[in-house]
Amino acid sequence: MTASTTVLAAPPETGVRRASRALDRHPRVGLAALLGLPLGWLVVVYVVSLGFLLITALWQTDSFTNEVRTEWTLDNLARIVTQDLYRAVTVRTLGAALLVTLIDVAIALPVGYAMAKVFGPRARATLVIAFLMPLWASYLVKAYAWRSIFIEGGLLSSLGITPGFGEVATIVTLAYIWLPYVVMPIYAGFERVPDSLVEASSDLGARNLRTFAAVVLPLMYPAIIAGAIFSFSLTLGDYIAVRIVGGSTQFLGTLIYDNVGVAGNVPMAAAVALVPIAVILLFLLAVRRTGALRNL
Amino acid sequence: MRISKPVRRAFVAIVALALAFVYVPLLVVLVNAFSTSQALAWPPRSLTLEWWGRAAQNAGAWQAVGTSVVVALCATAIALVLGTLCALALDRFAFFGKEAVNLLIVLPIALPGIVTGIVLNNLFRTGLGLTLGLGTLIVSHATFCIVTIYNNAFARLRRLNGNLVDASADLGADRFTTFRLVTLPQLRSALFAGALLAFGLSFDEIIVTQFTAGPGVTTLPIWIFQNMFRPGQAPIVNVVAVVLVIVSIVPIALAQRLEARAEQR
Repeated sequence: MTASTTVLAAPPETGVRRASRALDRHPRVGLAALLGLPLGWLVVVYVVSLGFLLITALWQTDSFTNEVRTEWTLDNLARIVTQDLYRAVTVRTLGAALLVTLIDVAIALPVGYAMAKVFGPRARATLVIAFLMPLWASYLVKAYAWRSIFIEGGLLSSLGITPGFGEVATIVTLAYIWLPYVVMPIYAGFERVPDSLVEASSDLGARNLRTFAAVVLPLMYPAIIAGAIFSFSLTLGDYIAVRIVGGSTQFLGTLIYDNVGVAGNVPMAAAVALVPIAVILLFLLAVRRTGALRNL
Repeated sequence: MRISKPVRRAFVAIVALALAFVYVPLLVVLVNAFSTSQALAWPPRSLTLEWWGRAAQNAGAWQAVGTSVVVALCATAIALVLGTLCALALDRFAFFGKEAVNLLIVLPIALPGIVTGIVLNNLFRTGLGLTLGLGTLIVSHATFCIVTIYNNAFARLRRLNGNLVDASADLGADRFTTFRLVTLPQLRSALFAGALLAFGLSFDEIIVTQFTAGPGVTTLPIWIFQNMFRPGQAPIVNVVAVVLVIVSIVPIALAQRLEARAEQR
């Protein structure tokens, strides 16, 4: 008997195969090939333009022609620091962002906990859908919905409550709009807390509140901060909801928008925009070690 | 943890309140879309279907829908390519600056929309001297859509078993063939889910749009925003708002279904 061996024919040598082998030998080339295009895009469109915004903030606008003149000045930055209007708006916006974040975390903690741990699996699934689905409705429609609630003759005034448009309406509306961005990470965070740890804690004699404070909450910090980053950052820059329900309230966002659109003063808008950028970057830097950024 | 009856009841109450908070505003818009009243008056005196017919014949609204679809499709297509490349790179390679790249992908969505808006507006107009239009709008939307594609593709790649890729290489396939016949089919549903999310994100975006579209380009959110303050337009805006809710929820619901199914496998 003769042993038969099958010899696989070597695949034909093509340009593609050569390229593939070259990539095997030089993984750096492969990495560069994969990352070059998207990284180039992001760097040009985002990093370069962020840097360019900083430069623009140091230029000025010709008050006569509204053209940007490339003459260096610290006037814009000085105005933000010294003028009462800018200081007041910055404080108001930061306060609103803080309040919106607190409201959203206060809603998301019990609801997220209930969705993840309290009810049975079937009720849980229904609850997750019932709660999360409408939250993904359009941003604009949500702001509009609150306009029709706060408006004179709307739902609230038919109940005898008349706060009208203003700061209260803005904060409620923004808290409503950004709620999903806070609920999602917090709910996911609760889901990741192992039941065994919670059981061990109560086996060792801790009551529910103690277990929550000493075991569950510390595990939840990254998730809570991840949610807070969103609600805080998104509120800092908002101007659409402020326009729709804020009445004459001014936020940093409305100042930026008015400087670009109405006043045509891009350098001033750029200078104002540096405030939320600086605040967010400081915030991100402060929470980097908590691992919250991986929860975004 | 044992949850006593009063505690459970308290949670039921909290969840019921939260659900009311979530649903009431949307229900108000829904009911208003059938109200005979021209203004946003509550409660509606009687109901009508008239505004739905008027909205269906509103040329401006339809044109805005068309623009939104074109922008969302183009932005999603660009983001699909860029996001997938990022996910492949960050999954396969360990390299210096990986965290920074990760942050860079998240940044356009972590920074407030107005920052993305002004940064891009300033780059296009002051920096490059371009006229704002459909092109600048698509580039801007694609930039913040990359992250949704990247997140979905990266999460899927993490779960994939590398053995299949190794086996494919052992059987003599080159890298490109392996990608086409092994990796891509496994990624497909994650990419589809990511694309749905990106489409929804782009379709809904107004802040970046206002800063980068220029005056001639009207997307659906811009159309609603413009008509919201016009007297007498409220009924049609209500109808379009209801449609927009449906259009923005459906793709996201679909995407989440797909992800949940993939996780079960």
